[in-house]
Amino acid sequence: MGPLPTSRPSRLRFWMVCGLVLALAIPLQLLTDAGLFPAILNPYYLHLLTIIGMNIILVASLNLLNGYLGEFALGHAGFMAVGAYAAATLAAKVLPASGALPPILGTVLTLGLTLAGAMLAAALVGYLVGLVTFKTVGDYLAIITLGFNMIIVNAIQNIDALGGPRGFTGIPRNTTFLAVIVCTVLTVAILRNLVQSSFGRVWVSIRENAIAAELMGVDLNRAKNQAFTIAAAFAGLAGGLWAQYQQFITPRSFDYIKTTEILVMLYLGGMASLSGSILGVVAYTLLMELLRNLLSAFAPQFAEWRMLISPLILIVIMLTRQFGLMGNREWSWLRPERES
Amino acid sequence: MALRIEGLVKAFGGLTAVSGLNLDLGDRDIQGIIGPNGAGKTTVFNLITGIYQPDRGRLRLGEQELTGLAPDAIARAGIARTFQNIRLFAHMTVLDNITMALHGRAGYSLWEAVLRTGNYRRQETRLRVESRDHLARFGLADRQQELAGSLPYGEQRRLEIARALATGPKVLLLDEPAAGMNPKEVEELILLIRQVHRDFPLAILLIEHQMPVVLELCAHIQVLDFGQTIAAGAPQDVTRNPLVIEAYLGEAEAPA
Repeated sequence: MGPLPTSRPSRLRFWMVCGLVLALAIPLQLLTDAGLFPAILNPYYLHLLTIIGMNIILVASLNLLNGYLGEFALGHAGFMAVGAYAAATLAAKVLPASGALPPILGTVLTLGLTLAGAMLAAALVGYLVGLVTFKTVGDYLAIITLGFNMIIVNAIQNIDALGGPRGFTGIPRNTTFLAVIVCTVLTVAILRNLVQSSFGRVWVSIRENAIAAELMGVDLNRAKNQAFTIAAAFAGLAGGLWAQYQQFITPRSFDYIKTTEILVMLYLGGMASLSGSILGVVAYTLLMELLRNLLSAFAPQFAEWRMLISPLILIVIMLTRQFGLMGNREWSWLRPERES
Repeated sequence: MALRIEGLVKAFGGLTAVSGLNLDLGDRDIQGIIGPNGAGKTTVFNLITGIYQPDRGRLRLGEQELTGLAPDAIARAGIARTFQNIRLFAHMTVLDNITMALHGRAGYSLWEAVLRTGNYRRQETRLRVESRDHLARFGLADRQQELAGSLPYGEQRRLEIARALATGPKVLLLDEPAAGMNPKEVEELILLIRQVHRDFPLAILLIEHQMPVVLELCAHIQVLDFGQTIAAGAPQDVTRNPLVIEAYLGEAEAPA
């Protein structure tokens, strides 16, 4: 671990990588829209990439709390739920009139508004959770955030307007593959900019030594709340994308099992590393899909056993490589540029 | 007057750790607080920096009332400290330890950081230049990309002092800076503290166990024992005070 020497063109390389991702995503989306996609590639791969994109948003934003700030937050799926239900409500009940607009503009506009709403709602809840967890750290913060996750899920189950335990149906499918990729790239770029700024240095200093940070003039509550609000906003973004991709959401899909899945990907990839968040999501998602295919092909009776794999991965990481695949390290294109 | 402490009292349960401490630290003073283990020295620092709230008494920095303020507010008011057990940001680079300390003067908002505006880039470059210059003054320029936790002990002490100074304090509190140092390192430390006092417009209050450090540096010292000031004044007078000798060497045996 430890920061490696950085090179000047990393700024350029970062935008080259982002540009490359988008340059690949746009033709894929165009092919899909033209109905040509199935002929060239299995749509299942496009689905996988979409899931990977949404998971990167979730994992990278949780990394802000668990990796950079050094807290142990266990409620990320709760923030995702807030975003998902906010976006679902906006898309299905508030904005259905957007059909009057030209199709592409209508979708972009609807998606933009619903995602903005999802992020705002989740950010607000994240801010409130941040307030509640003032003065709590470590185990206590873990319990409170876990409790928050359960409260959110239970609350939604009891709100009929949101579909209760049966789930929220009839959400228009506004989320496209390209939209997910654009959001993923923007999320990684924004989080990178933040963690490399003075705000990021303050968050990491709190992780390293909260008392010393406080005596350097850091308002711990304020800094913590910033991180919670931002992380929640991006979890809400993922939720908003997810709701309008699946078109159907239930409270159960945002319970602590989803949070655990996010945690496994985070710890697999590595703490305080955006490269790790990307790598962890890709590795985990591909591994699970591979297992699904292998098991259903060769041992269908054990198909559900793959769910055992994810906690097992977590245990093995904790025992052997606590910093994950990329802990505290970054790929060169994600490293801070060295100022002259 | 930089720091003025009046009648500071702090009790933990039945134990009075500090009882009625008074202290006047002039703008450019170097003063020391000495005393045997458990005399309440570190508690005094924890009270000054707001980690503990005093039961009674007042703290003022210049004209500003500090009593009851939170630690971060006291730090921003201009009091910086180091710790007996060094508290660096171990997994941050040496440079980032200093740049972090400049967070209060970063000069850009969260949104500017998100968007990497021109102002963000200019300010960030300025922060790095200032941090490098600052490190160079402490002879740590060639260590800037190393992790703070990987530095040898003496350099960690130096970095911690450098980091405290980066906040631009009016008062620097040094909690047993010579702890765990060999005589050669102690000599270097004394030179460093002199240099800091010469180069930065501040007052220094230091807690020390090692008499030579205090005798070399301080014009005025205060001796604490069981939370009470048992002597105060110029070092050479204080060290001859029978109460002080008793506190340090144990009670003189009663003549038979």
